[in-house]
Amino acid sequence: MSCTAIGQDSRSIKRREMLDGARATLPLIIGAVPFGIIFGTLAGPSGLSPLGALAMSVFVYAGSAQFIALGLLAAGAAVPVIIATTFVVNLRHILYAANLVPKVGHLPHRWRIMMAFGLTDETFAAVSNRFLLQENTDYAHWFYLGSMLAMYGNWVLCTGLGIALGELFPDMTDWGLDFAMSVTFIGMVVPYLKSKPMWGAVIVSGAIAMATIAMPHKLGLMVAALCGIATGLSLHLLLKRQLAREAAHD
Amino acid sequence: MTELLLIPGMFLVTFSVRYLLFGVAGKVRFPPWLTSALNFVPPAVLTAIIVPALLLPRGELWLQADNPWLLSGVFAALVSFWRRDLLTTIVTGMLFFMLLRFGFGL
Repeated sequence: MSCTAIGQDSRSIKRREMLDGARATLPLIIGAVPFGIIFGTLAGPSGLSPLGALAMSVFVYAGSAQFIALGLLAAGAAVPVIIATTFVVNLRHILYAANLVPKVGHLPHRWRIMMAFGLTDETFAAVSNRFLLQENTDYAHWFYLGSMLAMYGNWVLCTGLGIALGELFPDMTDWGLDFAMSVTFIGMVVPYLKSKPMWGAVIVSGAIAMATIAMPHKLGLMVAALCGIATGLSLHLLLKRQLAREAAHD
Repeated sequence: MTELLLIPGMFLVTFSVRYLLFGVAGKVRFPPWLTSALNFVPPAVLTAIIVPALLLPRGELWLQADNPWLLSGVFAALVSFWRRDLLTTIVTGMLFFMLLRFGFGL
């Protein structure tokens, strides 16, 4: 086989991987459409300029963190608090990266930078099957690129659409669309509730969030989250020890 | 002007968290307790946002049966337990909320 034939061959494989990646992300993209549009419409009323909202989607590219930032902005939180909250909310991405790194650690650095930028809940869900369940992952990074480009393009587009709708219908803010964020988060939390430690984490977090509501700069959110995480971890470790003890007795 | 600080700051922390492990590419391992703790981060953070948003939608405690945010939140949680599908939860939850707000004028 000549060199050009090999080159063409690999190019078509790459193109197919990219298309497959985009296709695997499609159901998740459909879910992200209302999310992006509502983010765009809520940006103005929360105190973010249209350009700022678009820049946030282009550069930060983190749906739930962006929504939380809007909520904090609207509540008058200080910038350092919003940035710190963004950090805590995005910590979950470390888990995703930890799962993927054994498969992509050999790739050139520029590939890993690109993958890090595009690491979202949706793309991780779409690519983890490709990377972790299939044998041949030589070209799987092109699958990742396809998934990420589709997701990213859609997110930026929907943000723009939402900004335009918000300008057209300024009274949209009175409709109570902020509930869209709550309902999305409810749908994200419920699937976690499968164990006692998880229930403990959520109950404590919710209760402390109410108890600390009067704290300045919405700091109660971080206090509540940390108390919830500590509760969940303690219960998890206690249960594990209890199971180990029972196993030792048997 | 806050945006000029806010957006680069958010970009920096978001990208750093995502890049951390890709950058060192498996040369660092987390202690198991830290990995366990990370599992609790998303539900704990999201709940700390949801609960006040439902109970104080207008900035004051509203613990009554005519609070559409609270009612729709409970409804959405039930739908989510039943179907365990994000899109179904969002769509039915929003429809229920719209019905209460504009159908019943709550």
